[in-house]
Amino acid sequence: MVTAITFYIFATILVGSAIMVVFSKNPVHSVLFLILAFFNAAGLFVLLGAEFVAMILVIVYVGAVAVMFLFVVMMLDINFTELRKGVQDYLPIGLLIGFILLAEMVIIAGGWTMTDGIATAMTTATPPASEVTNTDAIGRVLYTDYIFLFQLAGLILLVAMIGAIVLTHRKRDGVKKQNIGDQVRRRRSDAYEAVDVKPGSGI
Amino acid sequence: MEIGIEHYLTVAAMLFTLGVFGIFLNRKNVIIILLSVELILLSVNINLVAFSSYMGDLVGQVFTMLILTVAAAEASIGLAILVVYFRNRGSIAVEDIHLMKG
Repeated sequence: MVTAITFYIFATILVGSAIMVVFSKNPVHSVLFLILAFFNAAGLFVLLGAEFVAMILVIVYVGAVAVMFLFVVMMLDINFTELRKGVQDYLPIGLLIGFILLAEMVIIAGGWTMTDGIATAMTTATPPASEVTNTDAIGRVLYTDYIFLFQLAGLILLVAMIGAIVLTHRKRDGVKKQNIGDQVRRRRSDAYEAVDVKPGSGI
Repeated sequence: MEIGIEHYLTVAAMLFTLGVFGIFLNRKNVIIILLSVELILLSVNINLVAFSSYMGDLVGQVFTMLILTVAAAEASIGLAILVVYFRNRGSIAVEDIHLMKG
């Protein structure tokens, strides 16, 4: 009973904040509602017994991605009222496609049953929660059977990091930087010149 | 009252539909489109974790983390492109992005 009430609270706030993400007039509010949605999704994950993924969601999404969105939205000087002009034109087609998607999913869910042998077909059974914690169990699987996927994820992050730096880095004029190579290569002949000044005449 | 896997799948389906709807509704605003993509990915994550929990198979949670990785990479690259575009053009209207006549 407590589980059901908690589920409905989390699910209601999750869907409500998702609606506000889409309909909010101010993108800053949209990002804040997205953060709320992620918190409630993390609550649902905890209800499902996936604590590690829930904490990753809070730390990675709320702590990094959502704050990055917030930075970009607040730092770019954008005229948001201009961007909201055509919303009424797109409302019918959006509603139409949303209803088509929902109807398709209802049709699929209506004719959906579990295959009989599905319980034995699993690749990695979850160890009982009383013996092994969720984080421990994921670690045992992730670093053994899925080590290549794990390393591939790291590679994706590396490429994304380099890409973001290359895209946003720019050379500025008028910035003075120390160039150690130039300083070491400097010789006395570069620094000064002895001029033979004749007496009685200027330089 | 028992909360079954159908409840979670329903929530995920609603989130997915809202995400797709958001993309169509805010066609001019790239930031909201990116946020909608994040919503769609979150709904996929809810599906994976729900199946993982109810079938007793851990792989769903491993895949969830991989999706989180890809989503973080996608968001960072998308925002970087957005910042560069704003620096060059002074606006982020999607309709202005037709330089390649694609």
